[in-house]
Formats: sequence, C-alpha cells, structure tokens
Amino acid sequence: MSEPFEPVIIGFTCNWCSYRAADLAGTARVKYPPNVRLIRLMCSGRLDPTFVLKALSQGADGVMITGCHPGECHYIEQNYKAMRRYLLLRRTLAQMGIEPGRVKLVWASAAEGVKLAKEISTLVEEIRALGPLNWPGRVKMATGGNGTAVSAHISQEVTA
Amino acid sequence: MSADPTKDKERIGVYVCHCGTNISATVDVENVAVWAKDKLADDGVVVARDYKFMCSSLGQELIERDIEREGLTRVVVAACSPHLHENTFRGACHRAGLNGYLCEMVSIREQVSWVHTDKIAATAKAKAMIAGGVERVIENEPLESLHVPIHPDTLVVGGGIAGIQAALEIADSGNKVYLVEREPSIGGHMAQFDKTFPTLDCAACILTPKMVSAGTHPNIELLTWSEVERVDGFVGNFTVTIKKKPRYVIEELCTGCGICWEKCPKHVVDDVFEAGLGYRAAVYTPFAQAVPKYPVIDTENCTYFQRGKCRACEKFCPTNAIDFTQTETYISVTVGNIILATGYDLFDARRVVQYGYGRLANVFTSIEFERMCNASGPTNGEIVLRDGVTPPKSVGIIHCVGSRDRNYNNYCSVICCMSSLKFAHLVKERTGAEVYNFYIDMRTAYKDYDEFYQRVLEEGTLFVRGRVAEVTDAARGPGEEGKIIIQAEDTLIGKQRRIPVDMVLLAAALEPRKDAKEVAQKFGISCSANGWYTEKHPKLDPVATMTEGIFIAGAAQGPKDIPTSVSQGAAAAGRVLNRIGRGEIELEPVRATVEAAKCSGCRICNNLCPFGAIIFHEDLMVSEVKHALCQGCGTCVAACPAGAISGSGFSNGQILAQIEGMLMFDQPANLLNLAEMALA
Repeated sequence: MSEPFEPVIIGFTCNWCSYRAADLAGTARVKYPPNVRLIRLMCSGRLDPTFVLKALSQGADGVMITGCHPGECHYIEQNYKAMRRYLLLRRTLAQMGIEPGRVKLVWASAAEGVKLAKEISTLVEEIRALGPLNWPGRVKMATGGNGTAVSAHISQEVTA
Repeated sequence: MSADPTKDKERIGVYVCHCGTNISATVDVENVAVWAKDKLADDGVVVARDYKFMCSSLGQELIERDIEREGLTRVVVAACSPHLHENTFRGACHRAGLNGYLCEMVSIREQVSWVHTDKIAATAKAKAMIAGGVERVIENEPLESLHVPIHPDTLVVGGGIAGIQAALEIADSGNKVYLVEREPSIGGHMAQFDKTFPTLDCAACILTPKMVSAGTHPNIELLTWSEVERVDGFVGNFTVTIKKKPRYVIEELCTGCGICWEKCPKHVVDDVFEAGLGYRAAVYTPFAQAVPKYPVIDTENCTYFQRGKCRACEKFCPTNAIDFTQTETYISVTVGNIILATGYDLFDARRVVQYGYGRLANVFTSIEFERMCNASGPTNGEIVLRDGVTPPKSVGIIHCVGSRDRNYNNYCSVICCMSSLKFAHLVKERTGAEVYNFYIDMRTAYKDYDEFYQRVLEEGTLFVRGRVAEVTDAARGPGEEGKIIIQAEDTLIGKQRRIPVDMVLLAAALEPRKDAKEVAQKFGISCSANGWYTEKHPKLDPVATMTEGIFIAGAAQGPKDIPTSVSQGAAAAGRVLNRIGRGEIELEPVRATVEAAKCSGCRICNNLCPFGAIIFHEDLMVSEVKHALCQGCGTCVAACPAGAISGSGFSNGQILAQIEGMLMFDQPANLLNLAEMALA
C-alpha cells in the first residue's frame, strides 16, 4: 500500500441541530478531517435507512447519522424514531456481513460544534481502522457470488 | 445518472464564491469552477463561474443575467451555509423568473474552508459536495410558499409581568386577548416582591396599575384559576381548550368585599404566595391587590368540603355569591397565535443539605425574605428572625444556591447577584445589621446595576468571595454560641473563614417550571436539556419558537430579570401583531404529501406524526397530510412502506441523487461496472 487509506463518509444532519453545529464548527474554525460530506435533512426522523445503504453501496466506507439530543427534537420526538431505525439498521448490516460500526448515530445540539467535530474525527479513525468497505466484495460474499441481486433490490427500493 | 432520460436535460449554472479569502484561501475556487463546467457538463452544467462575493448585488446580478441569457433552469451556489444566504439566492432566481426552490446551496465555507487546512483535500471535498448539489438540484421541483390566514385573537398563557405586558400590547392595538393564569390572580412572582433592583421602586406600585389595566381592558378576557387543557390546530387557527377550575364563587355576584375570608374560621399556612411564612383563610385571594378580586375556596382546607358543615362564608356573603355546587368547566377558544409566558419555579433550597434550609430555623430563602420585606407581608415589612420579633444583628447572604453548581444547575440564574445586593441594602437600611455576601463572581451587567453594587459596597456590606461549604449551628467557641456559622473559603485572602451570623438568606436558583416539558409538549415546542423553552434562534429570534404561531416570553425561556421579561413580552406581542396586521403568513413549502393512489391505508404514518397532521379517511381508506399542520420533518416520508408519501424540498429523489453525486467521483472501477450490470 503506497498511500494510507482515506475513508469516505457520508453524514446525515438535522437542519435544526447538527447542521447548525457544523455551521458553528465552521464559524469557530474548529478543525476536523475532510473525509465527511454532510447532507442536510429536516430531521433525523427523515432518515430512510435506504439512504444509508445507498451511500454504502455507492462507495462510502461509513455513514454518520446525527440528530438533536433525546428530548430536544425540534419535531418533538422524531429523533427517537431515528434511533429505533438506527438500531434495526445495525442489526441488518451485521446480517449482511458489514461491521455495524460503519454506521454511527451521534447527538449534537446546535451549540455543540466542538462535539460534532470531535465525533467526526473519532469516526474517521474508527472507519480507517476498519479499512475500505468494498461493498461489491461484501455483497458477493453475502449472496454467494450473485452480487447484482442485492444491488438491484436496493435500486428498486430507492425508486419506490 | 439518476435523471429521467426521457426528460429534457436541465441547464445548470454553478457559482463558486471566494467569500473574499474565506473560501479561496483553502479551496482552489477557480479550479473548482473549471472542473465543474468540464466534469459535470454531462449532467447539465452549462455555466460555472467563481466570483469574489456571490452574495453581493453584483454576484446576484451575475446569476440573474445567466438565467436570462443562458436559459438556466437550475442554479447551484457553492458558498456559505444556506442558513445564511439561501433566501438571498432564491430571491435572485426569483427576480430572473426562476422559481427560488430550483436553487440549491452547497456550504463550502462552514463545512470546508473553515474546518480544513489541506488545500488539496479541501478542494476535492468541495468538488464532491458540488457534484452532490448538482445531482440534487436536477431533482428539485418548483415550489410555492404556503399562505395561511391568521385569526386575529391571541392566547397568552401566564399572567406574570411578561404575560401581562404581552397581553396589554396586543389588547391596546384593538385585538382580543385571552389571558390564562392558573393561580387565582395574575401578577406572578413580581407581585410577591417588595422592592425591585436597581432603582428600589416598590414592585406593587409599578405592577398593580398594569394588573388593573389587564383586568379591566375591554379586549382582554381574563381566565384566572384556569389551565390550558388541549391545543389543536395550527398557526393562524388554533383551537384551545381551557379548563376553568371551580372558584365556588359566582363572579357576576361577588364584589370582592372580603367578608367571606374574614368570617372563614379556617386558617392555613400559605405556601404559595406567602412562601410558607404567612397564613390565609380557606376562602381567599392570594393578596390584597389581586386581579380579579374574586376569591376562591381551597377545597382541601375548607371545613365544609372536608366535613360537610360550616358554610360560614355562604351565610355572611352579602350578595349570595358563594356556590358550593360549581364544577370544572371547559371552554374552547379560537386564536391565531399563542404566547407562552409561564415563568419559573424557585429551586428547592432543601436540596443543598449543607446549607441547613428547613433544618436551621433562621435560614431563609430569597422568596421568604421578599415576603418578609413586603409591607403587606406576614411581618408587615419587619426583618425579623423566625421567632417573629427579634431583628437580626448580622446576616449572611449566600449567592448561587443551586446555580453554577454541577450538582444542581450549571447555568447562572442571572438575577441572584442583583437581588442579593438588594437584600443587603434592605437589611442595612432597616436593621443596621452587619451584612456578609458570599459570592462566586459578582454579575451586575446592564444599566445601573454595577452602580447599585458600588452603592451597596459603600454602605458597608462585606463581601466574601468564595463558595460556602457549610451553614451550621455547631459552635466551636463562645463567640459562635447561639449563632449560625457560615464556613467558607475566602479565595481573595486564601483562608478558610467561619462567620457567625443570626440570619442566613439563600439566593435560590431559578428553575424551569416542574411541568415545563409537559406544557412544551402540549404546545408542540421544545425545551433545552435544562428544561427552558427553546427559542427559534438564541440571538436573532429569541421570542419565536420552531413551531409557527407559538411565541415565548419571560423566564420560561431562561432566567431573566423584570426589564428583560417586560421587553420579551412586548417583543412577542410585536411579532404577533405583525402577523395579525398582515392577516396571513407565508410558510416554507417543505411539506409531506400522500399520493392517494399509492396509499395502501396501512396507517403506519398516522401515529408517527407528533403534530397530528395526518388524518385517515375511513371511507377512502387513505391517509392525508394536512399541510397547514405539517412541519415538514419527513418522518412519515421515511416510514411509508409504499413510498406513497413524498416530502417536498427533501424528496427521496433529491436525497438519493445528492448521495450519488457526492460519491460519483470516488467510485472504484468495479463499482461502476456493477452499477452498469444492475442497469442491464
């Protein structure tokens, strides 16, 4: 290996807390590694687990899901729904032979720019330790060689 | 990519901002623009430019001109956070005849240049994010803002000074206000105080006229001894169910003459208004200047309610206003906006066991002392020990009891330094006693506050900088016999001190109301981790909440003093009046919609919505999202197993395209092959 492995991570943020935490980290010039690309949702409750699978299947090595702290959701309680989906998703990933640690749920309020930056740094190191995801290889293993089955299934679900 | 091949290709403009050097110092913006035009041409990018300040009028004109000349159908602006300039660029598009929602912002300042140092990596990330923005914007749809009419009536919850101020401002403009208060009288905490800092004017003298105005105002319907039971509806048109607790006094007949409470044989300790220092009858008004003047019967202590006989009040009432048969009633009102000014609770000083409150007789809380100082209070304004007669010769005042303390509350309660200084002044003035203030830091910000501190210093009050370790009656020497000893470290001289005093006052913290979370949930707003209501923006929008039509004012939002509470009450009223004046409100069109043809009627979404925005049509067996109620969180969109719910502004198509775009330049060759295989 000539270069160290630089993981690519997709982060889903809530418009009201973690996206603003990212804004705050920026305003405060808090540094974190450039491996994470953030996507804004209105709420962590908007996170369809398909989004996570989509990201992993398209080349991301890890996914970060962020939302308001329990009890502080701007939509009252939708972050709890995100939490439930996250737990189920981790189980599904494990069944697919993918390390559940590649997907991480983080609570960050609009005031927690430093915390968000720290969590991003930690996750980048964790994913770096896990190595590249290599989705096609994993899928081949999980489906006994017929990689297209799962992939096609996902793209169908995506269009639904 | 994900775009429908049958669809005409969009014509996309990409604009990369330098933001002076804020972005360009870390991201090679010229390179990004050239790259976008080259590598994203297949996706429809026809123009890509970089510019020093995209948000300037020249920058905006650049976009407008390109829309007109190049026939752009989509715009991507890579600049700062959309929270800053999304509306700016939507406006630019709108002026050039393009729907503002066909513009997408990519935050390469807050999320790239300001947080990364490696120019190569930062530039690569900016490109990936712009690719995500381009793929996403293809999926954007033109949207129109929603317009909702505003009912001109307003509900104000909480009749403390903030609520009274808000109600008066709105009522004076000629609009109707329902002012709901759960105690028998409006006035709130301010009515309990004696003097107010820093001017030392008497609280009652300045509050009573406002209470009377609120009580007699033709546009204010006062609903005291009442609580909000239920809130339905949405901004512009809330239906609020209010529970009126039985007073057992007919308001129409009662003249407030006071004969009933004079004749009532039962006297109980008044834990609420008199903070446990004084007594009241079982039929009572909390204080002499109560508004409204009608008393209530406290059934838990009324001899008739407890034992079935007495009825002294009924016998003596000259207008036959007593009615023991009253029951709870519920009224329903329609309002366009709601202001929550529900105030605070005082920290229970018993929790700090080492300070001895509740165990040592002469340890008092700040509110007890307020009542004691008050001329109409239990001691008629005499500052005396718990025996009711002896004036103290020395008094210790402890700041930050329950505030700025990891064991209780981390926050500063804001008012305690000033009220403790006020207490020091009052003790000096009325008893001549020696006064010691134990403080951590002296916080006397705002107009004339520090001058008041200087004045108290000059009056000879002694200040010890250090947190008190213990308040005890265990004397260690003859000088401490019969005294309460305050043990504290004096951090300015670096020594432990034991100071014997006769009386200790605890400046207890302000805490959120015990039921703040429950109330927040009822109104659909959120609380901070501490339990204070969360404002829309901590600096720029302190009285609005995330829920349209619900505003907050006063200490319910966080500890604050009277001037700030009054300002917030007026500010919230101003926000409400602005909406009443316009008659309607424009809402962001981020909403969920159910496509009836795809809905299987499974009702999974029905229970997910915290706003009750999803209704189920039994006859058609389909669900429907009420747009005025929907707040746009998208939880139902994510949950719908049939994919029948779409979320405008954040559709599956948009998000999936963005994911794809962000990753499309990282994909190893074999992955691309796999995707081709999947398509084949």
